[in-house]
Amino acid sequence: MAESVFSARGVTKVYRTGDVEVWALRGVDLDLYEGEMAVLLGPSGSGKSTLLNIMGGLDKPTDGEVYFRGEALGGYGESRLTRFRRDHVGFVFQFYNLVPSLTAWENVALVTEIARNPMKPEEALALVDLDDRMEHFPAQMSGGEQQRVAIARAIAKRPEVLLCDEPTGALDSKTGVIVLEALARVNEELGTTTAIITHNAGIRKIAHRVFSFHDGRIVESVENTQRIKPSEVSW
Amino acid sequence: MNLMAHLTILDRKLVRDLGRLWAQILAVALVMACGVATLVLSLGAYRSLEETRATFYDRYRFADVFASAERAPMRLADRIANIPGVARSQFRIVRSVVIDVEGMREPASGIAVSLPDHGEPALNRLYVRSGRLPLPGRQNEIAVIESFAKAHGFGPGDAFSAILNGRKQKLTITGVVLSPEYVYAIGPGDIVPTPSRFAVFFMPRSALEGLFDMDGAFNDVALSLRSGAQTQDVMDRVDRLLEPFGGRAARARKDQTSNAFLDSELTELKAMAFVIPPIFLFVAAFLVNMILSRLIALEREQIGLLKAVGYGRMPIAWHYSKLVIAMAFVGLAIGSAAGAWLGRGMAELYSKFFSFPFLVFRESPDLYAIAGFVTVGAALAGAARAIFAIVALPPAVAMRPPAPVRYRRLPGAANMLKSVVSPTTTMAMRHLMRWPLRAGLTTLGISFSVALLVTAWFSTGSINFMIETLFYRAERQDATIAFFDRKAPSALDDARHLPGTIRAEPFRQEPAILRNGQYERQISIEGLPPDSDLTKVLDIDLNHVTLPSGGLLLSERVADVLHLRPGDMATLELIAQNHRVVQAPVSAVVQSYIGLSVYMDLDALHRLAGDGERLSGVRVSVDANALPALYRTIKETPAVGSISLLDNSRLQFRRTIEDNITIMTTVYIVLAVIITFGVIYNSARIQLAEHARELASLRVLGFTRGEASSVLLIELAILIALAQPLGWILGYGFSWSVVQGFDSDLFRIPLVIEPSTFAKASLVVMAAGIVSSLIVRRRVDRLDLVRVLKTRE
Repeated sequence: MAESVFSARGVTKVYRTGDVEVWALRGVDLDLYEGEMAVLLGPSGSGKSTLLNIMGGLDKPTDGEVYFRGEALGGYGESRLTRFRRDHVGFVFQFYNLVPSLTAWENVALVTEIARNPMKPEEALALVDLDDRMEHFPAQMSGGEQQRVAIARAIAKRPEVLLCDEPTGALDSKTGVIVLEALARVNEELGTTTAIITHNAGIRKIAHRVFSFHDGRIVESVENTQRIKPSEVSW
Repeated sequence: MNLMAHLTILDRKLVRDLGRLWAQILAVALVMACGVATLVLSLGAYRSLEETRATFYDRYRFADVFASAERAPMRLADRIANIPGVARSQFRIVRSVVIDVEGMREPASGIAVSLPDHGEPALNRLYVRSGRLPLPGRQNEIAVIESFAKAHGFGPGDAFSAILNGRKQKLTITGVVLSPEYVYAIGPGDIVPTPSRFAVFFMPRSALEGLFDMDGAFNDVALSLRSGAQTQDVMDRVDRLLEPFGGRAARARKDQTSNAFLDSELTELKAMAFVIPPIFLFVAAFLVNMILSRLIALEREQIGLLKAVGYGRMPIAWHYSKLVIAMAFVGLAIGSAAGAWLGRGMAELYSKFFSFPFLVFRESPDLYAIAGFVTVGAALAGAARAIFAIVALPPAVAMRPPAPVRYRRLPGAANMLKSVVSPTTTMAMRHLMRWPLRAGLTTLGISFSVALLVTAWFSTGSINFMIETLFYRAERQDATIAFFDRKAPSALDDARHLPGTIRAEPFRQEPAILRNGQYERQISIEGLPPDSDLTKVLDIDLNHVTLPSGGLLLSERVADVLHLRPGDMATLELIAQNHRVVQAPVSAVVQSYIGLSVYMDLDALHRLAGDGERLSGVRVSVDANALPALYRTIKETPAVGSISLLDNSRLQFRRTIEDNITIMTTVYIVLAVIITFGVIYNSARIQLAEHARELASLRVLGFTRGEASSVLLIELAILIALAQPLGWILGYGFSWSVVQGFDSDLFRIPLVIEPSTFAKASLVVMAAGIVSSLIVRRRVDRLDLVRVLKTRE
């Protein structure tokens, strides 16, 4: 296997709301390798999203450390973290998080405007087969289309890693497959390291490796010898 | 779309947000516009008035010191001119006269002023509006001030008559002029300028000398001073030189009547610039805060996303700041246009009121810069909290929906009410309790409208009260006849024999400087007979006061500025009695709304002055049918220096005040409605946005549209109701500060707020509130239930 892009070591996250302490992560170790597609599997509240947010520089661990290409993210200040996200990481969220007042093309351009070496927004949209919907506003598109816009937005900056939090969570099976195909294509054609969070076990077979989360810990890590195509997935 | 292509993506979002939120933005922008407009208007008018005055004074050499005497020989002129510090000097003949205009029944008052026979006056030069100045050697040529000429439609070539030293003479107008001495031209005994009844006219010295037996003499001095000269020192020396010739105390420019009125007008304008605009900017800042906080709450996820994809804190903060700045600029644009337009209207109003040869409403760019600066500043200050919240929002938190709002149980008493009131009312009350600060500020915002209206209307009440007190309780005469020179008591008998006279009462005016330690004021002591019926002195509670046989009665203002109280001894310098200094006790403090009034028993004043019984004039009440005959007689009577007619004063006073008040009230109502609308509309929109799901749920559960929207309307109704008493209190405070602002040596307005004023203010605000609420209610009626319920909060 190739070089490690992300390494998490003993990552712990405790949320305090009032008097209540919630342990979202309890000392997680994880490595993501160059070009691999990983699936993070587990029920709601098992800590997957928290880990993804920490890896993406959206959140900070209470304890432990995440290394990106050997550099500790913990040492980054606010502006370094912003640069890190801007240059290296692409995000895809369950609820797409498109800006409703911007068209599909503009939602992608939002990122390409500030990225170092982006592709053109129309190129990114073509990669997700949306080149004919560029001038549509989110409200004029289906959920699957919106999610593909979100993927186009995430990949347009040519990120080294793509972090996807329940990308198919809000979609029906048929639309979900189209979205997964887009992700797989990006992973293959651009070699982008991809981590997909899901609680849908059906999806795990498209990944190189699968990490199962439970109660803030990784309870199982499986390498898929036999990967299937997204089109063969259904739920 | 082409224009959009040139914008960055975030700016495109901005443009679309502006388009989407236009109604709310406009509501806030209008409130800001009110602030900008009042600022531009008042500061602009202040500046243009001040500059116009300065230019006029400078170009036409308005004097620094004024003095008068009975009759001083010209040989004194050199000695006065040589007083150290004096730059230029002017020695004139100035006499008050009675004027008879053909076609006008009642006589008018006038002042005749001499012009040098050769060359321009050294000081107080005239601006010739039309025609020319009279030529020396021509007996009957005059130049007359514009206000009088305009009131009668006079121009060069027209004529009117005047009683000059006992002889009625026809005077032909050669020119219409303006003088820096009479920008505010108010006749003797008048309360407001009555242009048709007060003429100032100018004649060559040689003509006046003959008419008034003033050969080689003068009775009026005007001086300009070198820079650095000690005004008081010069005035003292002038007083000493004029003393043997019946000199009256010299006055500095600030005490010159016309100038003093201008000063008070300027002070008032300036006060307006510092009081009213801040109210609007404060309300606007609060509205910006409300809107932006809500917008940011709605866009939490988008903000989180922007952070996630690599936008830093500053670009995001700047993005929202731009929205606020855009809002401020809309307000600034509307406000500047309105301010400039209203400013011109105001300038016109001034040109009606004051006689300037020119009046420019100067468009000063810096004014707009100041307005822009404070508006953007206020808007950003309002937005600061919301923008800091964005900056502080960690991206991961931003991406999660906010925790559900925690409501509290209503406190004891309100909780008991719960069993009585409907669940929708309970919901409304909980919303209010959940955001007490916002509810408080909304209430405060609405109460400002009530307060503005109370302030606008209180003046009507106060002025009615003032007129009632002044003209029906204190001054009940029909006419006041002032004599040329002091007369013996026999003059009173003459007055009693004037046609139609029912009652005649004498008065004596004794000019004096009233002192108490370091405090002093030039005043005129008015001596009244003890059984005075036409002029009544009123105490602070407006009850009639019987004049004590000795001692001074001071008006509240005089007592205040001199720090005198009943029982204190005051020092009087009797100007017309060779500046003799005497002591007199203060007997009481009385009410008087105009001027610096000091009263004394007539006989006591005679004794104090020590020159026997001398009268300054009489007040008469007249049978209305005999008025024409009375007027005719007075027009022919040489002894009469001036006559003021109370009926005229009443009318003119009301007319002047009503003109101003109608304009001001209209402006205030517009301002108050805008604030009410801005506050209520925005509150309602935000509540709707926050509670759309709740309201939609109510509808799904089977509540009618009316029931669902009642949650919103009850909330607004509570806020509007709470705002009323607060608004009344604030309005009382604003009115009080207006009264304080007006309080001057010239006049003082009583603070009288009629209950109907509070009621009217509340009715207007409630009406504006209901209209604003109904606009939002229509949106509740149109809620798309399915979509609202699907939206993630």
